[in-house]
Amino acid sequence: MLGRGILRGLIETWRNFQGSYYDPERLTTVQYPEEKLPPQENARTIPFLIYDGQDPLAGLRCTACSICAVECPAHCIEIVKDTAKRPDYLGKMQFHPKVFNIDMAVCMECGICAEVCPFDSIKMDRVFELSGDDRRMVLRMSDLAKSNDYFRQIHPTEAAAVDAARAEEQRKAQAKKGASPVPAAS
Amino acid sequence: MNAVDQIFVSTQHWLAGLAPASVRPLVSMLLIIAGLMAAFGTCFALTTVLERKTLGRMQNRFGPNRVGPFGLFQPLADAIKMLTKEDIVPFSADKILHFLAPLALTVPVWLAFAVLPFGRNMSAIELDAGILFFFAIGSASELAVFMAGWSSQNKYSLVGAMRAIAQMISYEVPLVLAGVPVLMAAGSLSLPDIVQAQSGFALGFVPHWNVFTPWGLAGFALFLIAATAESNRCPFDLPEGESELIAGYLTEYSGFKYALFFLGEYLGLFAVTGLAVTLFLGGWQAPAQWLEWLPSWGWFAAKFSALIFLFIWVRATLPRLRLDQLLNFAWKFLVPLALINLFVAAVWWKFPAAMAIRWLLCAGLLAVPYVWLGRHWNGVTPKPRHYGYAE
Amino acid sequence: MPNEFAFYLIAAFTVVFAVAAMTLPRLVHCALCAAAAFAGLAMIYLQLDAEFVGFAQLLVYVGAIAILIVFAVLLTRGDEVRPGHSQSSPSWMAGVAVAVLALAVMAMAILLSPSLQRLAPSAPVAPVKKIGEELMTRYVLPLEMVGVLLTGALLGAVVIAMHEESEVKPPARWPASKRAESGEAMSLR
Repeated sequence: MLGRGILRGLIETWRNFQGSYYDPERLTTVQYPEEKLPPQENARTIPFLIYDGQDPLAGLRCTACSICAVECPAHCIEIVKDTAKRPDYLGKMQFHPKVFNIDMAVCMECGICAEVCPFDSIKMDRVFELSGDDRRMVLRMSDLAKSNDYFRQIHPTEAAAVDAARAEEQRKAQAKKGASPVPAAS
Repeated sequence: MNAVDQIFVSTQHWLAGLAPASVRPLVSMLLIIAGLMAAFGTCFALTTVLERKTLGRMQNRFGPNRVGPFGLFQPLADAIKMLTKEDIVPFSADKILHFLAPLALTVPVWLAFAVLPFGRNMSAIELDAGILFFFAIGSASELAVFMAGWSSQNKYSLVGAMRAIAQMISYEVPLVLAGVPVLMAAGSLSLPDIVQAQSGFALGFVPHWNVFTPWGLAGFALFLIAATAESNRCPFDLPEGESELIAGYLTEYSGFKYALFFLGEYLGLFAVTGLAVTLFLGGWQAPAQWLEWLPSWGWFAAKFSALIFLFIWVRATLPRLRLDQLLNFAWKFLVPLALINLFVAAVWWKFPAAMAIRWLLCAGLLAVPYVWLGRHWNGVTPKPRHYGYAE
Repeated sequence: MPNEFAFYLIAAFTVVFAVAAMTLPRLVHCALCAAAAFAGLAMIYLQLDAEFVGFAQLLVYVGAIAILIVFAVLLTRGDEVRPGHSQSSPSWMAGVAVAVLALAVMAMAILLSPSLQRLAPSAPVAPVKKIGEELMTRYVLPLEMVGVLLTGALLGAVVIAMHEESEVKPPARWPASKRAESGEAMSLR
């Protein structure tokens, strides 16, 4: 029949129209900012520093090795090492950063810093509502430090893997300490 | 019942009676004009926002919903924006024509509302040749499109204006021809007479509206298609297609002049919809005896709103036609069908009303050319499609 | 009397736009002033209560013929004003003389005709229905002749347009499609 295509089109748009009042499939708008889509686990935006325990600056995993600053393609990480040392989760004495700044306006959120960090201390966050009124959005160590509980919340799978690996290493270190009572000179 | 039905007429008479006798006709006419402008101005504002919301719903999204409850104050925001925008006139533009073009578009369209019967006794002017006035005024607005396109001194505007004029004059022919069988049926060119000729009920419950006859249904469909094209609406909105010619003949207009073009286009749509309701849908008459509790202007408004919804629905559904497809469609499909419709209407009236055979005969006489023309008007007989690159 | 005042106003409007249509430098302006003069004529018809003729004048002249004139002006690029060339022709006095002569002849014919002595009828004697009936009975021959003339004009326009189209050669085909048709595999070399 002539005009059959037109009629089918009209029927489909009518279904869209009436369905938009009761069927969520027919009205898929998410009215941001009142409603937000649930974020995906693998989403990543800017990096952040993880601390264990309650004290943000004392529990920071970062040892100021500067691998992330060297590997960062945008050169947005600035690290100044503190001369004092602190024990890490395995008991070894490590440096820690005095200054750790990331210029988020420069950061391109590639995740290379998180990939290369040997201490699982810098990971990618999921916050995206970052607009500011300044061209330099420098986040300092106190802004970047977030707890491991937060990490578990936003990336549960990855956090579970990291926690398991760290627990395994801690167990191995305990076992070695138990086997040879004299610790090796470090 | 009658009081509510005639409430506008009696209010107008009362208010005019307050004026001295020497200026009473003038005051009475001014009251009608004020009423029409207020009513259709509000209608325009509501239509802009309701159209956007309806289009949104048909496209699985909300329409504007931030300004006011359900976004219904959006026209106010739009009006403020249009009024405060800078009015840019190109340096080499023809100043007088550039200024006059929006006026030349809007004024004839307002004039066209004068003959439409909005309710019982409610047409502003009762002309003996009402429908001819309507079409004459409609054709006068085409020069405004040319003025707009040419005075902008912009080749895109000029090409857009030429396309728009070609489209409008091509679709005037099926528009008028589709309305001629109605004149044959009513025996008069005056619109209140046409509405009156559609009164009464056949079989006790089917109203005598023209759309319930074979030639009326075909004429209605032809009229609506031609009306969509005359108002430059989708799927015939090539003149203002943003992806083709920026904004066509409207390119160099900003601010309030653009708002006037917009207003003129929508008012043209309202006028031709009102005419469609009058010619084919029985005007202000209720579809059944027991439904007459809604006053006559209420029925006109209901039918009018239904047709406007139909236009918005079609806009949401169909893609845009290309210019050559558009013009071929008008001249090779619509005009022959309109002429055949005229012939069929004459055949209809040849048979007395009691013979049911005339339904079948007229429907057949219309269906056969429709199918044949539909398959062959394009010059190419359609074959099953072969999608060569889909493998 | 309001009627005479209205007539003088409309007549002045028409004459002003007609003179403008002759004298304005840009041709498109002239065409639009001519359209305004046609509208003025329509208003005169309406003032004489000839509704059908008035609206038909608007529909045909302003709605179609003015657009035709405008298209003709644009398609033939007649809008360019040649510098140093006067707009009016050198023999304008002869033109004015002929126009005055024609006006004198028509005015004499009207003033001396007996229809001026008849009383004007009280009601308009040409409602649309009567015009239709007269067209179909008494004036059917002129109606059919005009129809034939218009059909001839339409056919002529179609013939002219078709003739131009047949001179255009079909575009050369892409070489790629020839290879595809002959079944060869399209290699990358």
